[in-house]
Amino acid sequence: MEKVAINHVEKTFPGKSKNESFTVFKDISLTVAPGEFVSLLGPSGCGKSTLLNIVAGLDQATEGDVTVGTEKIKSPGSDRGVVFQEAALMPWLTVLENVMLATKKKMNKEDAKSSAEKYLKLVHLSKFLHSYPHELSGGMKQRVAIARALSMDPKVLLMDEPFGALDEQTRMMLHREVQFIWEETKKTILFVTHNIRESILLSDRIVLMGTRPGGIRKIYSVDLPRPRDPASPEFIQLEQDIMSILGGEIEKVMKEEMGDDFNSKKASLLYGTDRNMGNHI
Amino acid sequence: MYIGLFDTGILATALAESLQRISIGFSLALLIGGLLGVIIGVSKLADETLGSLVIALQSVPSIVWLPIALVLFQGGAGAIYFVVILGGTWAMTLNVRMGIKNVQPILIRAAKTMGYKNSELIWKVMLPASIPSALTGARLAWAFGWRALMAAELIGRGGLGRTLMDARDFFNMDLVVAIMIIISCIGLIVEYFIFSKIEKKVLSRWGLTNSAS
Repeated sequence: MEKVAINHVEKTFPGKSKNESFTVFKDISLTVAPGEFVSLLGPSGCGKSTLLNIVAGLDQATEGDVTVGTEKIKSPGSDRGVVFQEAALMPWLTVLENVMLATKKKMNKEDAKSSAEKYLKLVHLSKFLHSYPHELSGGMKQRVAIARALSMDPKVLLMDEPFGALDEQTRMMLHREVQFIWEETKKTILFVTHNIRESILLSDRIVLMGTRPGGIRKIYSVDLPRPRDPASPEFIQLEQDIMSILGGEIEKVMKEEMGDDFNSKKASLLYGTDRNMGNHI
Repeated sequence: MYIGLFDTGILATALAESLQRISIGFSLALLIGGLLGVIIGVSKLADETLGSLVIALQSVPSIVWLPIALVLFQGGAGAIYFVVILGGTWAMTLNVRMGIKNVQPILIRAAKTMGYKNSELIWKVMLPASIPSALTGARLAWAFGWRALMAAELIGRGGLGRTLMDARDFFNMDLVVAIMIIISCIGLIVEYFIFSKIEKKVLSRWGLTNSAS
């Protein structure tokens, strides 16, 4: 359990000449308290995954720095567990060996094995210890990836749209599991998503990000009691609040991508859908 | 064929000699080719310098090296080994290189977040991930090496190739055909009993077959 502090971080991708370089976001500051569950929510291209990669150490910030606990981040390390959108399991290793791969660096073989078994039990995969990744379903693979990230006993858990590629039922089940794991281990979690419901359902705070210029638009505290009910009025109210801001951001992205002919009103029909006039007679 | 193999022992000794040559030559080709492939695959500098050289060398049929090799090794057995190794190495190098280059970046990123760096990354992630394509390389290296060996032996000394030439000089066409059959049988045996089996195992373990078990 450590806090994560993001201090005035800027990310610029260099172009061929100086004026071609592209700034994704500028001057982002965010502090995640120990044991807090924070979601980064935003339209595609707002740099939420880039920000997470900077925290993970896989990308370098152009300006500013990130500290986890008291340590400044320079390179990837086992103090931050990362779960990607794809499970990224080594196909030649069994489930158990995959998880052990993460722990073998720090512990001896026996300890690594018992800790791997412990975390695989936490994600309910004890039955599949000796299966290969290609024998598992997408949701199961993702659970192995979560177990692998947890087994390093990281200070922070970083999740980059971990359930984006899964079907709805599996995702709902994994939401419950992530909540359970979070309550069990009390890790600090930074969670990237583009799904509003997912973020409200899981997180303590939601950081809404926007594009052009990239940055934090608004931070919502979610004070609903857990487990949260997506049908409760407060939940729906919050969802609509976020949607109203996010909608504008999405429109901006679409305009950028499609050029001038984009018009979100196009979909609203100019005529009534009930064209068979008089059929009620 | 029976007489040659068991009575006079001409074929048996020739076969043993050829097999010894190919096994040593082939293993060395795998080793050198694999190592070179890893270096070229990992280092961009090596790829830009050695990479095109390897492609240039690969397009030279290895038997072309025999005249030089005969001079270099003064007609010794070394010349034949040299040709066999050259025959197999480049195919192995290029395939290992491709295997290393095609490792899914996400696997490398994932390993990095677990704290793996540089040499460990190569050893734990890149090498195992490139095994399927290294296997293709080994298969090609074997085929090229075996052909190079036969060609080299026709001109050089000892082994099945030389015996084949001798048989032709004595107009012993039975022996000629027998040796050709032996050569193709060896190819068949290696293919079916070694490569196919390993490939099947590797592909199913790496999850690359459609009919996953």
